Amino acid sequence: MTTARPGNSHRLRHFLTTEDLSGQAMTEILDTAESFISVGEREIKKVPLLRGKTIVNLFFEASTRTRTTFEIAGKRLSADIININTSVSATQKGESLLDTVRNLEAMHTDLFVIRHPVSGAADLVARSVPNHVHVVNAGDGRHAHPTQGLLDMFTIRRYKGDFRRLTVAIVGDVLHSRVARSQIHALTALGAKEVRVVAPRSLLPAAVETLGVTAYTDMARGLKDVDVIIMLRLQFERMSGALIPSAREYFDLYGLTRERLALAHPGAIVMHPGPMNRGLEIASEVADGPQSVILPQVTNGIAVRMAILARLAGASALEGKTP
Amino acid sequence: MERRPVLIGIHTGGVWVAERLHKRLGLEEPLGTLDISFYRDDFSQVGIHPQVKTSHLPISLDGRHIILVDDVLHTGRTIRAAMNEIFDFARPASIALAVLIVRDGRELPVQPDIVGAAVALKPRQHIKLTGPNPLGIKILEKTE
Repeated sequence: MTTARPGNSHRLRHFLTTEDLSGQAMTEILDTAESFISVGEREIKKVPLLRGKTIVNLFFEASTRTRTTFEIAGKRLSADIININTSVSATQKGESLLDTVRNLEAMHTDLFVIRHPVSGAADLVARSVPNHVHVVNAGDGRHAHPTQGLLDMFTIRRYKGDFRRLTVAIVGDVLHSRVARSQIHALTALGAKEVRVVAPRSLLPAAVETLGVTAYTDMARGLKDVDVIIMLRLQFERMSGALIPSAREYFDLYGLTRERLALAHPGAIVMHPGPMNRGLEIASEVADGPQSVILPQVTNGIAVRMAILARLAGASALEGKTP
Repeated sequence: MERRPVLIGIHTGGVWVAERLHKRLGLEEPLGTLDISFYRDDFSQVGIHPQVKTSHLPISLDGRHIILVDDVLHTGRTIRAAMNEIFDFARPASIALAVLIVRDGRELPVQPDIVGAAVALKPRQHIKLTGPNPLGIKILEKTE
């Protein structure tokens, strides 16, 4: 039977949360990603870095963007990628998460990309796999979505430059958002001037200020002079009970409209991790407008995920061959 | 048939040498640069270098005569990686290899076509180009 190892020594071999990374480590990943951007612009969009490696995308929750960009990232690095979705997996027959992983490991998988509705699932797997196998967290419950966090940092850096001069507002359902948690840690580590969260109190975690952010419940005040606006999706599937009065009222108070966007710095960019609820948290004219970088976020996701996969696969080299 | 050659330098030292050659020869075609980090054969031993430069090939290389420029030819592995990368962009008509220094220690059947100087070194010694302004050469002794 698999025994999960205690302690944190496993964390360098895996990519589990942005909390494990220093600002410098993040900057290195962003720099590597920058050089992968050019690979996507070539005639032959492939480099041989991970030739012969097998990556399993193990998704226990629906995903289009994350799963597809991981698949493209792996393929551009010449790895073999297998997609497994929960609807066709053995977990529905009662097989445990770790048993599923052990079976896939027996097929000589080198790297797992895992999305799971339970917080800590990727960490549990990371503790149980042998030393040469790597785990990437592609979203666990409400806990973390570190690759999304980093691709957002990459996008911010490309458009706005030095983090130390930037005020960033994260707007909406912070309470249920693993993306927001990863973004807040990353922005703090990279030295952002100010990080704001803007939402009704019912959608903010208790004592959110302890994460190093300023909380605003008023949209107009929260958006004043910010350089970056990150909109979050309202996650009805994770809400128990009525946390917002009605969709209409929510949009009236917290929806990003053109008028509200005008309160931000004139050169501000608008981001959204997707999928968007148009007309609920963001107006279509803003989502499709000139300040929106929502689609570049998706493109950047490929380069950032390539950088993370390459870094992990290369990390085995630095560790030596310990059993 | 396009006869004008395209000069391509390999990061970092090869680019410095190629920049000088490009200027002195008065070539009209823009200079190309290659970073072979993603094509190295020792990736699984040394991992990825975070500061990878971007390969920049400003014109189509299909059917073109390429002069590949590096600072020091040693094992030949860098040249193999560079040729693999070039072929991911296009199918050139020919590739010639120009190096500032050729030393002993080849591990692959790669030989230069144009050589600045040939140097014999002891096994522990290696040679390093410093630059870009001024360009210099250092012989370093490996201590273990």
